[in-house]
Amino acid sequence: MIPTAWPLAVSAVLFTIGIIGVLVRRNAIVIFMSVELMLNAANLAFVAFGDALKTLDGQVFVFFVMAVAAAEVAVGLAIIVNLFRLRESVFVDEINLLKG
Amino acid sequence: MKRLLADALQKYHVWAAEHPDPTFAIWAFIKIFIILNVTLVVVSYLVWAERKICGRMQGRFGPNRVGWFGLLQPWADVVKLFFKEEFVPGSANKVLYSIAPALAIVPALISFSIVPFGPGLHVTDLNVGLLLFLAMSSIGVYAVTLGGWASNNKYALIGGLRSSAQMISYELAMGISTIGVLLLAGSLSMVDIVKAQEHTWFVAFQPVAFLMFMITAFAETNRTPFDLPEAESELVAGFHTEYSSMKFGLFFLGEYSNVITICSIAVTLFLGGWNGPWLPQSLKFLWFFAKLAVLVFVFVWARWTLPRFRYDQLMDLGWKVLLPVSIANVMLTAVVVYMRVPR
Amino acid sequence: MIPALFIGFSLLLLVSGLMVVLHKSPVTSAMFLVVAFCALAGIYILLHAEFIGMVQVIVYAGAIMVLFLFVIMYLNLGHDPEHGATILLRRLIGWIAGALVVLQGAMLFAGRWALGPTSTEAPPLGGNTQALGQLLYSRFLFPFEITSLVLLVAMVGAIVISKGRSTRTPDPIPHAPHAGLQAVLRPGDTVTPPTPPGGGEA
Repeated sequence: MIPTAWPLAVSAVLFTIGIIGVLVRRNAIVIFMSVELMLNAANLAFVAFGDALKTLDGQVFVFFVMAVAAAEVAVGLAIIVNLFRLRESVFVDEINLLKG
Repeated sequence: MKRLLADALQKYHVWAAEHPDPTFAIWAFIKIFIILNVTLVVVSYLVWAERKICGRMQGRFGPNRVGWFGLLQPWADVVKLFFKEEFVPGSANKVLYSIAPALAIVPALISFSIVPFGPGLHVTDLNVGLLLFLAMSSIGVYAVTLGGWASNNKYALIGGLRSSAQMISYELAMGISTIGVLLLAGSLSMVDIVKAQEHTWFVAFQPVAFLMFMITAFAETNRTPFDLPEAESELVAGFHTEYSSMKFGLFFLGEYSNVITICSIAVTLFLGGWNGPWLPQSLKFLWFFAKLAVLVFVFVWARWTLPRFRYDQLMDLGWKVLLPVSIANVMLTAVVVYMRVPR
Repeated sequence: MIPALFIGFSLLLLVSGLMVVLHKSPVTSAMFLVVAFCALAGIYILLHAEFIGMVQVIVYAGAIMVLFLFVIMYLNLGHDPEHGATILLRRLIGWIAGALVVLQGAMLFAGRWALGPTSTEAPPLGGNTQALGQLLYSRFLFPFEITSLVLLVAMVGAIVISKGRSTRTPDPIPHAPHAGLQAVLRPGDTVTPPTPPGGGEA
């Protein structure tokens, strides 16, 4: 069927794409989306290993990761909305009040 | 002649046994082709039926000029829609503007792949069929949201945001109300759920869940009494204000095919699918279509009878009434199922 | 056929992921992320995780991304402008990271880090969902209950945070209607016409 290396390769590349997003982009929401990409890359690795070892533990972990990611997105977006109200901008370069 | 046919059939059987995957793919394509064509024709005639019923309920004839009883009215409508000028607003986001109508109709059509029309008459027997339906109704939210946003028009935006908030609020109650059925049938597969209703339909065990499913179905398809997002008298036309010609046609057809999809799912989950007395196995699909016709009539009936909910009443109903009741229903069902399972 | 499907889905996933990161408009990034999640759901189904695949579409593509879209529309974000001297540094980081990705992908696909046997079909008895449920409610019951608490905390927290401080302006004093004014006026009072609240802005 599918060699285990393939989904792992996809997971690694997707994770790196997520990291590029976090480092290169300045829009807080796009950074958040890149974090979601990284979480999904980890989920893919979990499922791939679970399938290779013929156990369902991988899928159970993915279940929990999804629930926690949903909670994190809700709270994170609430924080971003609040930040936007205060600073009128979502660009992380301009939200530097504590700097220096 | 008969010998030639028998010969060809024999050859086909041999080939099919050796190549199971392409055989499955070809049969699936044929079934999908039939379902899509039949669905689109039925959807257009649902528009005719709605206008006729609406007319009668309002004390007048519906369309009766175009062909006998107005039966060619849908064709006239389609021709009219094709020939209308289609203009895209200048500052609209062109890509999202074009994708939104497609997103309105595609999820509804995909949900047909799991609905069992008769014994053995289904495109696929997915073992998580019920979840596929819920997934497709989640994707259907994007049509409205993107349609409202991409039009770059404040009425459309307000209509779009209202509608998507309404849809995601009622999605929860819809999903939880189907869990009672899941507990009784023991499987997420639609075919198994229909088979489990051979003796009694699930509506007898889950009347509250059926009622809630129908209410949330009205909200999910943006039909009256929950059609504030496309409120004709309030928001111009809600999220499809800026749409014309075939893009509007797709939204329009998408709404009606959503109605048919959700009614099919309701028939499968609660009304016993293709189960029914007196008919042989090969004709059981007629029972399915009869039940489907009754439910669709209820949809049309409700639209021209009930007034519209105000938006805050709508959200109150979704979160403060339907959600707790559906959770209570699940708990009660779980307790009863647990106590009845022999140990 | 299944390896071809897997390659198709993973190409779609990686290309959409790249477009999420590279595109200038946040709304388009969000839509590409939806496409990526749907492709990922397809990959999950190929890896015999059907329940997780469907839940991926329902939760991630259907709920979380709708939330993202709501926030983007609420904040009315347009294209991201790019200015400043740090742009060169960012581009450099981007190119280096991109080269690392390509190198990593090539090495993994070439099988340098291949491990384990190929996965063969072994669907558990009773279907995927039932087996998952049995596992979830026996060995993983405690994390399950804790997760429900996490979701409750997140719900309450999101509402509290986004409500902000309650610096509400006091309600405007309602002006008495003209009919009732006669009852409270005494001879000698002058009446100024009431001003509409807010100055009548559209």
